[in-house]
Amino acid sequence: MEKLINWIDARLPVVAAFERHMSKYYAPKNFNVWYFFGSLSLVVLINQLVTGIWLTMSYNPSAEGAFASVEYIMRDVEWGWLLRYLHSTGASAFFVVVYLHMFRGLMYGSYKKPRELVWIFGMAIYLALMAEAFMGYLLPWGQMSYWGAQVIVSLFGAIPVVGEDLQQWIRGDYLISGITLNRFFALHVIAIPLVLVGLVVLHLLALHEVGSNNPDGVEIKKNKDENGIPVDGIPFHPYYTVHDIVALVVFLFVFCVVVFYFPEMGGYFLEKPNFEEANPLKTPAHIAPVWYFTPFYAMLRAVTYPLFGVDAKFWGVVVMGAAIAILFVLPWLDRSPVKSIRYKGIISRVFLMAFAVAFVVLGYLGAIPATPGRTTVAQIMTLVYFLFFILMPWYTRIEKTKPEPERVTFK
Amino acid sequence: MKSLIKAFVLVLFAPLVWASAEKAALDTVSVDIRDQASLQNGVKLFTNYCMGCHSMKYSRYERIANDLGIPNDVYEENLIFGDEKIGSLMTIAMDAKDSKTWFGATPPDLTLVARLRGADWLYSYLRGFYKDESRPWGVNNVVFKDVGMPHVLMELQGLCAEPPHIGAKTEVDPLSGQVKGKSGCENFAIKGSMSPEEYDAAMRDLVNFLVYVGEPSRLQAEAVAPWVLGFLVILFIFAYLLNKEYWKDVH
Repeated sequence: MEKLINWIDARLPVVAAFERHMSKYYAPKNFNVWYFFGSLSLVVLINQLVTGIWLTMSYNPSAEGAFASVEYIMRDVEWGWLLRYLHSTGASAFFVVVYLHMFRGLMYGSYKKPRELVWIFGMAIYLALMAEAFMGYLLPWGQMSYWGAQVIVSLFGAIPVVGEDLQQWIRGDYLISGITLNRFFALHVIAIPLVLVGLVVLHLLALHEVGSNNPDGVEIKKNKDENGIPVDGIPFHPYYTVHDIVALVVFLFVFCVVVFYFPEMGGYFLEKPNFEEANPLKTPAHIAPVWYFTPFYAMLRAVTYPLFGVDAKFWGVVVMGAAIAILFVLPWLDRSPVKSIRYKGIISRVFLMAFAVAFVVLGYLGAIPATPGRTTVAQIMTLVYFLFFILMPWYTRIEKTKPEPERVTFK
Repeated sequence: MKSLIKAFVLVLFAPLVWASAEKAALDTVSVDIRDQASLQNGVKLFTNYCMGCHSMKYSRYERIANDLGIPNDVYEENLIFGDEKIGSLMTIAMDAKDSKTWFGATPPDLTLVARLRGADWLYSYLRGFYKDESRPWGVNNVVFKDVGMPHVLMELQGLCAEPPHIGAKTEVDPLSGQVKGKSGCENFAIKGSMSPEEYDAAMRDLVNFLVYVGEPSRLQAEAVAPWVLGFLVILFIFAYLLNKEYWKDVH
């Protein structure tokens, strides 16, 4: 075995790579539960790739055959139902862990210097993930697949002048059709997964270059021993591998409960109208995107005023786009001398809390039909969402922070 | 011509009907897809009363026979009409275009109807027919207003003279002891071969079968799940101890 490793290592730096990224990658020893969601995202990504490959073996990407082929997988393919539920539940699980992972970043200032690129690659992953999920949702060719895609693609039509043509270019047709299904299939199974995997590699390389942040937001590299090893650091392998395995087992338990007992998750993971084949002539009474898009959908619907002679819908699209775009510049909005919420002042805490509440409330509102009252709430929440970012340069600078400790706190 | 116009109007207002149908109060039913006797009665009712018009084109006869504990030859003899093979998908001979002309809409495929509508909706719908001479088939439905479907189970249930109470909350009057707001039909215009209780039980079986066939993998999923989760519990113990062992020296 050792001979083999030596043989390979003389030709490919496997040992050096393993040491750099695992056994000699020093991570702060004070990680808490919030730090599990990064490695869990990786596990879910692998689950999506593997189950996706097997689903592709039996799926038929055509308007005539797609819906039936999904039922074929569910009924006639050995363990096909398990592959499909692992994939459909995995999509939602991906967003669960990614949202928690991002919130961890917000809490402990993981986006701040020197981790700006880690954050930006992460945001790019999130963007790619949204595109991946959206296109994947069209593939079962159910009513909600069809009409959800119809609604989202029509958003591009709100752009003045070029909108109409742009819409047609995306669909490849005058309406969502088999042509759209085929191109979404290609993008979903090849193009975006390639981009995703590439971005994940960049995200990790950038992270391992600057080192991990921690709940105290203290740079462990500032305090090294005589061998150049951070005193508060600990080799990722084996310490955090064994740590993450525990979290992985807990995660898998919850995940499997959903897969085996509640794959529809009350209509939130698999929407009920999607058990009816897509019908271009019959619009469902209530079109709602899957839960992970609902916060942005609520923002879209919250914009009801036309401006400068352009439709309100266009401004809704702008607001929705801005809600995601603003996250990219977050590293430069935070002017606080400290990273972690533990040492930031009261205003930062209140804003972060308000932001989290606004996001959840928007998510809820986006899933249910709009009423005038609900639209007002959505408007207020959209405002809170943006104020968190727009006022950040101000409140992070003026508030009184607590002094960061010299060493990480570890009991 | 008159029926064509009716059909056209029906299709035109179908989305409205859908919207109103969803808001209706429903009776609840508890189903158990492990109850084979109930499922067997359900598949019998489905084959005899529904399958003339409704296909189940994503499901195969053989799968149902195996899951419901019906020997293949018994199933073939009694529940497959024509020269279909046991391994075939459960399609029907009725032409979709013809049936659209006859009923105003092609009777939908029912493989996934329980996942689309839910068990309570189906149970209420099947018990929601009543006499309405203004409709093409002389019947209407409280759950699905102005539905195009005739009451094919009339010979079993009979025909309710007025809209039956569906989704009613049963209350016992504290003074007289009389049961008020009882669910179901009070007066029958036509008597059926079953009592209301027998009919309700039969509809529970039929709905049970539709729930089963919507997701036949549920039987396998629930059989496998305890093993998977049990394995994870045991794995957790080892993972936890391994982690503890490694971290005990970290201060």
